[in-house]
Amino acid sequence: MSLLNRSPIAPLEYTRRLWMRAWIGATLFFLYAPLLVLIVFSFNDSKRNIVWRGFTFKYYGKVFENDTLVAALGNSLTIAFLATLVSIVLGTLAAVMLWRFRFPAKAGIEGALSLPIVVPEICMGVAMLVFFARLDWPSDLVWPLNLSAITIAHITFCFPFVTMVVRARLASFNKEQEEAARDLGASEWQTFRDVLLPHMKPGIIAGALLAFTLSLDDFVITFFTSGPNTITFPVKVYSMVRFSVTPEVNAASALLILLTIILTTVALKLQDFTKATA
Amino acid sequence: MTEKQPVISIRNITKRFGNMVAVDDVSLDILEGEFFVLLGPSGCGKTTLLRMLAGFEMPSDGQILIGGQDMAGVAPNRRPVNMVFQSYAVFPHMSVTDNVAYGLKIAGLEKSEIRHRVDEALDLVSLGGLGTRMPDQLSGGQRQRAALARGLVMRPKVLLLDEPLSALDAKLRAQMQFELAELQDNVGITFVTVTHDQDEALSMASRIAVMNKGDIAQLAEPSDLYEHPANRFVADFIGSVNIFEGKLTVDEPEQAMVDCPELGRVFLNHGVTGAHETTVWVAIRPEKITMLPAGRAKAKDSPADTNIAQGQIKGMSYLGDVTIYDIRLDSGRSIRVSRPNLSRWDQEEFSWDDKVSLHWHPSSPVVLLS
Amino acid sequence: MQDWKGHKTAFAAIAAAPMAWLIGFFIIPLAMVWLYSFGRNIGLTEIDISGTFANYARALEPLYLEIFGKSVAVAALTTLICLIIGFPIALAITFAPEKWRPWMLLAIMLPFWTNLLIRTYALITVLRTNGYVNMSLGWFWEQASGLKVLVGLAPLPTWEPLPLLYNNFAVVLGLVYVHLPFMVLPLYAALDRLDKSLIEASLDLGAGHFRTITQIVAPLAGAGIISGVIITFVPALGAYLTPDLMGGPDSQMIANVIERQFKRANDWPFGAALSFLLMYATFMLIALQALRTRKAEARR
Repeated sequence: MSLLNRSPIAPLEYTRRLWMRAWIGATLFFLYAPLLVLIVFSFNDSKRNIVWRGFTFKYYGKVFENDTLVAALGNSLTIAFLATLVSIVLGTLAAVMLWRFRFPAKAGIEGALSLPIVVPEICMGVAMLVFFARLDWPSDLVWPLNLSAITIAHITFCFPFVTMVVRARLASFNKEQEEAARDLGASEWQTFRDVLLPHMKPGIIAGALLAFTLSLDDFVITFFTSGPNTITFPVKVYSMVRFSVTPEVNAASALLILLTIILTTVALKLQDFTKATA
Repeated sequence: MTEKQPVISIRNITKRFGNMVAVDDVSLDILEGEFFVLLGPSGCGKTTLLRMLAGFEMPSDGQILIGGQDMAGVAPNRRPVNMVFQSYAVFPHMSVTDNVAYGLKIAGLEKSEIRHRVDEALDLVSLGGLGTRMPDQLSGGQRQRAALARGLVMRPKVLLLDEPLSALDAKLRAQMQFELAELQDNVGITFVTVTHDQDEALSMASRIAVMNKGDIAQLAEPSDLYEHPANRFVADFIGSVNIFEGKLTVDEPEQAMVDCPELGRVFLNHGVTGAHETTVWVAIRPEKITMLPAGRAKAKDSPADTNIAQGQIKGMSYLGDVTIYDIRLDSGRSIRVSRPNLSRWDQEEFSWDDKVSLHWHPSSPVVLLS
Repeated sequence: MQDWKGHKTAFAAIAAAPMAWLIGFFIIPLAMVWLYSFGRNIGLTEIDISGTFANYARALEPLYLEIFGKSVAVAALTTLICLIIGFPIALAITFAPEKWRPWMLLAIMLPFWTNLLIRTYALITVLRTNGYVNMSLGWFWEQASGLKVLVGLAPLPTWEPLPLLYNNFAVVLGLVYVHLPFMVLPLYAALDRLDKSLIEASLDLGAGHFRTITQIVAPLAGAGIISGVIITFVPALGAYLTPDLMGGPDSQMIANVIERQFKRANDWPFGAALSFLLMYATFMLIALQALRTRKAEARR
């Protein structure tokens, strides 16, 4: 591109200036190099994992032989799935409530709904620990019921994000569409289902992906709610990292990065990426 | 006085955005003290050309001279031109005075000098006394004046105006057209204005360049553009016009004849530049056609059976000062005729489906070669 | 907008579930922590909520004040570095050709979607004593040493790997690494809203780029800059994982102290008091920001 296009740089074409390109390049290097190193060395046939000793898949094999790691990954995905499901229902309802109605103490309730987003994770984790300890929440139930405490905690911090995204989407809703539906004979429920819900759909999808990622990503709050039998993937990686840096952790991490990339790609495909952001 | 010097010389300027050619090999000179207007539909390249003069876009090819100096590689802040933006771009966090003083402060002028010149500029645009206001306390028209003062105060060689009146409502726009022209006359600075509004262009400009698809379709004074359009695009873009395709059958120095299958024979009392038997186009403005009840028309100064046509009224729109008639000719084509409502009952003379005959003077049609 | 009174059934159907969840699983747990912060330990698991302020008094002891101060300093430094790195990036994205813009945003956002623990771990692997950064530096050191020998000078002393991990430097680096996207996005949003012709007008009136940025862009994007600062500062202040994994014994931040009270020291009332102090600090910042935006909107 820069080889072919030699026209002089216009004043606001900052991206074509050399120092800016260097700055962007350095920043991206800073952001990506550690992750790339991690992925590359998950294939390295060496325990010390700094010098390249040849290509191998054996650490991926080891990840799947490691029962607790596989179980932790399963737990994480189950929790993320359940938390997302409940979050989109609660979050969408809350968004519609705030968008639709005038009611007493609305500003306060609106603030309270955004609290889980802004409260420091550690405080939330502590609150969950205290809450479930005080209730004597049973922790020895069968799978997946034993994950209920973590799932509840995740829903609590995920659904306000869904509310936020869906509400932003609702702001662009043209109320006359709803009035048109009513005018054409639709009931309140039919109007909601046929007009409002389709409009909210992109917001709900975005919110769902956000909730899923947040749940999968969470360590601190889970750390305070998980018991010995309910290890999630981040908690498991945490305990492995505390002991040592091993290729096995690299391999497990690379798998999760892959999952992230897949999820992001799906999200972008669903939202018609380039058009939505442009 | 000596002959006016070009203050801006645009030489073979081309601007490409990827594969799209926005401005295609344009050359023109803008003279000192002119009110020059770049007129054209949206996407014709006029704004790109203006922004290249200001230095916000770089030409892909060609050269721009301002005051005889090559502008290649000269940043916008070093050019002797200033710009009034379409959105006005009045800095919202500064008072009117601070906005107008901004450029002078950067130029490092003395405080007293700055104050003096800012006051002068504000008076010039009738904003005296509003200097302490913030932009959000101004009306659209006042904000526009502030933007104007901010450019003028720099005493640029050329003031560039990007669609300066497009954000104003119709009444204010008409008023500002006069004011802008008068202001330009007073300060003597060259103005280069971009607009898509032909009324604006015709009323303000000393010269107009009509642009189409990156090219200059015609460069002329306002009245010439209207009465002597160079091609179908200009004829159609400026004002309203009826265009008929035909063949040039008589081609003499003092007279010409065009055979239009859809209109009949058109006689002209002047010669045209065009080869015999070639395809040409005849353009006639609606107000230059006389309409009479059927059978009553007879074209003056024209041979028999020329400059005359029969038809039936198929549409009327009463606009107050004039009424526009849509007439279906016997050939099936529609033609537009406008009639001034000189008395208060004129519009009742004709009505729907009336058969009418039309005629026009041999000096009225224009023959276009492209 | 409808008044809830006229549509009680619909309102109840919509509001009941999220409100119940919010109260049951968020407000009540927080309230319990709040109550605990006024209690004291009696026995191993018993806590007597006596209304004492002793926990808060203890939080004001120099030891804890110092940790609070240090947390604020580390978070502030992180925010500043993020701002310095992030502002040019946001500027570049704003003025990038339209078809690049989403991809550049994606490039900044993708690490943000990646698991926090994995990112921290990745950073640890390159920073540790025999990690890549030290290996590259060592290589350069040897080359420099070899060069000196070549020109007849004494070689450099043997390369000692830099202690890049388990200290305050590592914590700040880790926090910047994790929080950079938080800064770039609000900055980009603010700059993108800015009328580009304001910048052009400034250049047109003779200002250079630097002057334009300080006098036009920064004041007009001020709200976005402040929200970026707060969005970065708040999570950095409450960060647990980064100081825990990358910090040394003296780089404990407030979140680590809170965790210790609950998991190891088993002093829940004191931990509760600390976590509420952290929460108050967070709320104050956010309230300040909300007040600012409300004022700005009122002026409009």
